[in-house]
Amino acid sequence: MSALLDIRGLSVTFTTAHGGFTAVEGVDLTVEHGEVVAVVGESGSGKSVAMLAVMGLLPWTATVHAERMQFAGRDLQTLGAAARREIIGRDMAMVFQEPMTSLNPCFTVGFQLTETLAAHTKERRAERRRHAARLLAQVGIPEPEARLAAYPHQLSGGMNQRVSIAMAIACRPKLLIADEPTTALDVTIQAQILELLGRLQEESGMALVLITHDMGVVAETAQRVVVQYAGQQVESQNVRQLFRAPRHPYTKALLDALPGRHRGRRLPSIPGVVPGQLDRPGGCLFHPRCGRAEDLCRQRAPSPSAAELGFARCHFPLPPPESQP
Amino acid sequence: MNTAPLLQVEQLALHYVVSRGLFKEAATVKALARADFCLRAGKTLAVVGESGCGKSTLARLLTRIEQPSAGRLLIDGVTVASGGGGSENGGRDTGNGDPGRQIVQMVFQDPYGSLNPRKKIGATLEEPLLINTSMSAAERREAAHEMMAKVGLRAEHYNRYPHMFSGGQRQRIAIARALMLRPRIVVLDEPVSALDVSVRAQVLNLLADLQEEFNLAYLFISHDLSVVRHVADEVMVMYLGRIVEHGARDEVFTNPRHPYTRALLSATPVADPQARREHIRLEGELPSPLNPPPGCPFHPRCPHAEQRCRQELPKILPSADGAAAVKVACHAVEEGRL
Repeated sequence: MSALLDIRGLSVTFTTAHGGFTAVEGVDLTVEHGEVVAVVGESGSGKSVAMLAVMGLLPWTATVHAERMQFAGRDLQTLGAAARREIIGRDMAMVFQEPMTSLNPCFTVGFQLTETLAAHTKERRAERRRHAARLLAQVGIPEPEARLAAYPHQLSGGMNQRVSIAMAIACRPKLLIADEPTTALDVTIQAQILELLGRLQEESGMALVLITHDMGVVAETAQRVVVQYAGQQVESQNVRQLFRAPRHPYTKALLDALPGRHRGRRLPSIPGVVPGQLDRPGGCLFHPRCGRAEDLCRQRAPSPSAAELGFARCHFPLPPPESQP
Repeated sequence: MNTAPLLQVEQLALHYVVSRGLFKEAATVKALARADFCLRAGKTLAVVGESGCGKSTLARLLTRIEQPSAGRLLIDGVTVASGGGGSENGGRDTGNGDPGRQIVQMVFQDPYGSLNPRKKIGATLEEPLLINTSMSAAERREAAHEMMAKVGLRAEHYNRYPHMFSGGQRQRIAIARALMLRPRIVVLDEPVSALDVSVRAQVLNLLADLQEEFNLAYLFISHDLSVVRHVADEVMVMYLGRIVEHGARDEVFTNPRHPYTRALLSATPVADPQARREHIRLEGELPSPLNPPPGCPFHPRCPHAEQRCRQELPKILPSADGAAAVKVACHAVEEGRL
């Protein structure tokens, strides 16, 4: 069986007042049925934009190019608007970062949930209402019947995020994309939501793409990890391998900079900042901040290396820890 | 621990009166209830807790944006603020000449919101000097340049506006501004939460350098326990306006006593896939501070709650096992059930 989501060479360019800005450049991503993939990166790494491009949710200023962009055997690039609407929200759904802004404050939770069901199922009004209550119960909201009449402002952030998850899983999607689903929440609530996502994923066998910047969340939930930097995919590995033997210097530096993995007064930090629109360096995008950069890195952009090297986009991928002195 | 405390907080409390509309009686929110602790020069006290636990209220009291409803705030043994208007100056605000205010400065969470977008960096840095000192323009300019160098900004940044800087650099500017009046205490309210991982390490290192150089006392407010474990000397865990556990960092992290501290530590994701483990699951969410549960405020979510917890508010007491100076507010710990 072919992969659920298959993307090759995805690029997204935004038209801005200062000319084109490439937010995503040459990203490859395959997601198998039932797989949990984490996409990690700092702000500006293009992790959200790539997923929004898959969902077809980018504004008109964006130009999307891809060699291949297939979901469940259908080509997303040639898909018409009506056909796309059929897939989005049913087979492929998304949960956003800020539950307070992604839910409409003017409508009750029940209305927003049944709206999805009305668009994608043939259920009747009363059935939809029962279905919505079942969904709320499934995501762990107490008194689901009564909550259907609540407006988003009457619920807490954690409860609202549960509602958005309920909405996303309403039609039993094959793929759920969660864009920083817990960033706006407290740690104990974050643990509840991550557990919920994990449970739903196991029960329904859907694939989950988790976009995050938190390495702790990655380590606890993902099977495979994709690391992005300044719009490029720099590494892709199995989660255990990645934390044990990162192959790209950026991944290694990112892991070293985590306070939890380091003892001592000073943290090893990465100098400088992620390049923006106007200061994109030539050659390897990471070379100005990389301690191992050589002339070759400044002159020529590296291409992804072999699978056993974690597809590291680097001229000199790091050796595994055994062979390091 | 034989140095005299720089800042001492005794039974400090802040209650807000909240109107609930025309036909309901006004309610009182105990944003902070009876906090006791002290800060020492060169040390970092981290305050941990979820939103609504009173961390930021504490920051507002220490910086004296708010007057306490009860209790006292002492700096170098002198009362600078107390509840009920009984402070040194009769509770009146003495304005900007009050030296107590200059000793405590603050760095805010969001470096995008805390800098005035219409002021150049130089003007932002010089404003505290302009208001509080009689330095001449040239002296102020020199002081600003000196501080910019200390926090890792270049001289040409003096004439730039905040929008020209990245988040990490803006936080450096905010830190520089807080240090312009040479405070001895800096309240850091989630100073690295809005920053990316790679930049966060830079700012944490800068804070450590500045603490050493100026012998600063930090009150470090954060919800990120991995950051707290890295920076803190002492940790104070808060829940619904109350301190539930307070002790030395290693003691709190390796041997947490209060059930809430345990749950908080267990809920924090660890960046190591080998260490995936069972979490202590906390049911429910933070109760409304308008209507806190009777007895121990944590009992509705606590797996160890018993009858006494539902009725009686636990006092914060030194831990029964006598190890180090850890104070816990929990009946179960007090009775030796945990």
